[in-house]
Amino acid sequence: MAIWLNKDSKVIVQGMTGATGMKHTKLMLGDGTNVVGGVNPRKAGQTVDFDGTEVPVFGTVKEAIEATGANVSVIFVPEKFTKDAVVEAIDAEIPLAVVITEGIAVHDTAAFWAYAGKKGNKTRIIGPNCPGIITPGQSNVGIIPGDITKPGRIGLVSKSGTLTYQMMYELRDIGFTTAVGIGGDPIIGTTHIDALAAFQDDPETDLIVMIGEIGGDAEERAAAFIKENVTKPVVGYVAGFTAPEGKTMGHAGAIVSGSSGTAQAKKEALEAAGVKVGKTPTETAKLAREILSA
Amino acid sequence: MDLFEYQARDLFAKHDVPVLAGEVIDTPEAAREITERLGGKSVVKAQVKVGGRGKAGGVKLAATPDEAVARATDILGMDIKGHTVHKVMIAETAPEILEEYYVSFLLDRANRTFLSIASVEGGMEIEEVAATRPEAVAKIAIDAIDGVDEAKAREIVEAAKFPAEVADKVANVLVKLWDTFIKSDALLVEVNPLAKVASGEVIALDGKVSLDDNAEFRHDWDELHDKAAANPLEAAAKEKGLNYVKLDGEVGIIGNGAGLVMSTLDVVAYAGEKHGGVKPANFLDIGGGASAQVMANGLEIILGDPDVKSVFVNVFGGITACDEVANGIVQALKLLEDRGEKVEKPLVVRLDGNNAELGRKILTDAAHPLVQRVDTMDGAADKAAELAAAK
Repeated sequence: MAIWLNKDSKVIVQGMTGATGMKHTKLMLGDGTNVVGGVNPRKAGQTVDFDGTEVPVFGTVKEAIEATGANVSVIFVPEKFTKDAVVEAIDAEIPLAVVITEGIAVHDTAAFWAYAGKKGNKTRIIGPNCPGIITPGQSNVGIIPGDITKPGRIGLVSKSGTLTYQMMYELRDIGFTTAVGIGGDPIIGTTHIDALAAFQDDPETDLIVMIGEIGGDAEERAAAFIKENVTKPVVGYVAGFTAPEGKTMGHAGAIVSGSSGTAQAKKEALEAAGVKVGKTPTETAKLAREILSA
Repeated sequence: MDLFEYQARDLFAKHDVPVLAGEVIDTPEAAREITERLGGKSVVKAQVKVGGRGKAGGVKLAATPDEAVARATDILGMDIKGHTVHKVMIAETAPEILEEYYVSFLLDRANRTFLSIASVEGGMEIEEVAATRPEAVAKIAIDAIDGVDEAKAREIVEAAKFPAEVADKVANVLVKLWDTFIKSDALLVEVNPLAKVASGEVIALDGKVSLDDNAEFRHDWDELHDKAAANPLEAAAKEKGLNYVKLDGEVGIIGNGAGLVMSTLDVVAYAGEKHGGVKPANFLDIGGGASAQVMANGLEIILGDPDVKSVFVNVFGGITACDEVANGIVQALKLLEDRGEKVEKPLVVRLDGNNAELGRKILTDAAHPLVQRVDTMDGAADKAAELAAAK
């Protein structure tokens, strides 16, 4: 088992023929992902060869779904055009859209999120500005390195890409059911809470690691959700204790404004919900290890 | 990007939100001619991106053009909560104010949409009103696609219980303000106070606007950037396309990925507690690629910071292989030396992840006298803090 992505997932790539799309499609195929097509209206009908695997290019997401039965789209389209790409995925009612692109204007994200709602939320959106989702040994959608770890018992949800990799590496011997990078933008589709709920229901996940960072109150809301709904052990980490107020730390959403969004407040909220919170990534991994070996 | 009051005023005016006349200047003498044009009196307002300037003496009435020059002389160069005043706005004096309201549109992260906040109790910080009299603050969710039309504006007006005699005028301001918000890709547009004056008109007397940096590609915001306030290191980093924030410590930080770099700052600060309280000197995310050139540019910025005593390079090789990163560091140091830069500060490098062994070997073989390898994040942070404290 895993959440949202498994060996049966059929994946299309919006923006496959661009430089980033080409690079990561090749890597995803190398990790065993079943990439069944790409989307580019100007190259419809062509095929692209990835080390012997011929991947067809379709004009639209809808055509790609009709021809291949795809149920996941990963989006590498440049930020200026991402909104239109996501709207197209929503219109085609693909069950999962993973938006890797970074630097999207937040009004664009707000617009495609509102659009998804008006269309009945038939498409789960992960991202934007995220590393994607990996179910080790089965499928890898996005830019997470496929060889850090192996299948195992931990579920991971994280706002940050490199901290996701760091944590997967620290716990590589135990392995993961699924790791989801939800992104660090002010508005994101899939939240910590969505992932926590899915891991709670996944019989193969024995422990959940949750990585947050400064800005907003997603971690506080996740803490409230954990208190009420999650019976599995959760270990947490929050980045940005030393970030000063009013300075954006790389991610558009990572900013402490006034008294809200501080790492300390998030840590306290999580601990009040029974989550063990590590001071550093290494300490967090140690806490997870202790719980699983108890 | 946060705007100055005068920039917000100009933006409001462009979108037909009613505002008072005002012009920005950076020399006191220029206040005379503007005040004359405004009818002989004016308000001199410090332009700083921080609240509480009135209490700090940054807003003064001037009854004559001479007085405007004198007040501008006082205020220009003033320090308000660590912000130096480089510009003042010479504004039309407000007509007699009868009531002060509050209206804003902003991003609502939690609900993943936009929000309108409105109150008939304006003039003070809205957080204060919300804390003491929450029933006086109306919060209405705005659909990102449907936006604010006249009907929605009326809904806000009713929820905030605006008096009947200003309802039409406030609703009109709300529609115009929404137009400002959407067309400017704003994260916040706030009018406080929105004043009802003796003539019965409502006027935006002061405002705050924050714009989304990610949307700059579809706007012409060159003139809005506050070049005077930018830290010189931050300005140099921006020119090189680096994601850099100057902080006030001694350990220079370079890493890949925003989350990992934020985490690195924390780990260094914890380690610093054992080493005389040294702290991180900056945030610098060199991103995924991390070519030798990018590494050299990053190192150059950090080594150019006189506060930096040691440098911690913390890289987790994801898609990027650590051997490429290690080559980048070695080449970067050579590049800097070739450029005639004197590299004298010790570097602690931690490489983990993809091809970490190869990367570590490259550093060991290069045996650069200033470079030390420590293979765990916590251990490397400790070493970097120790070296900074020893300097």
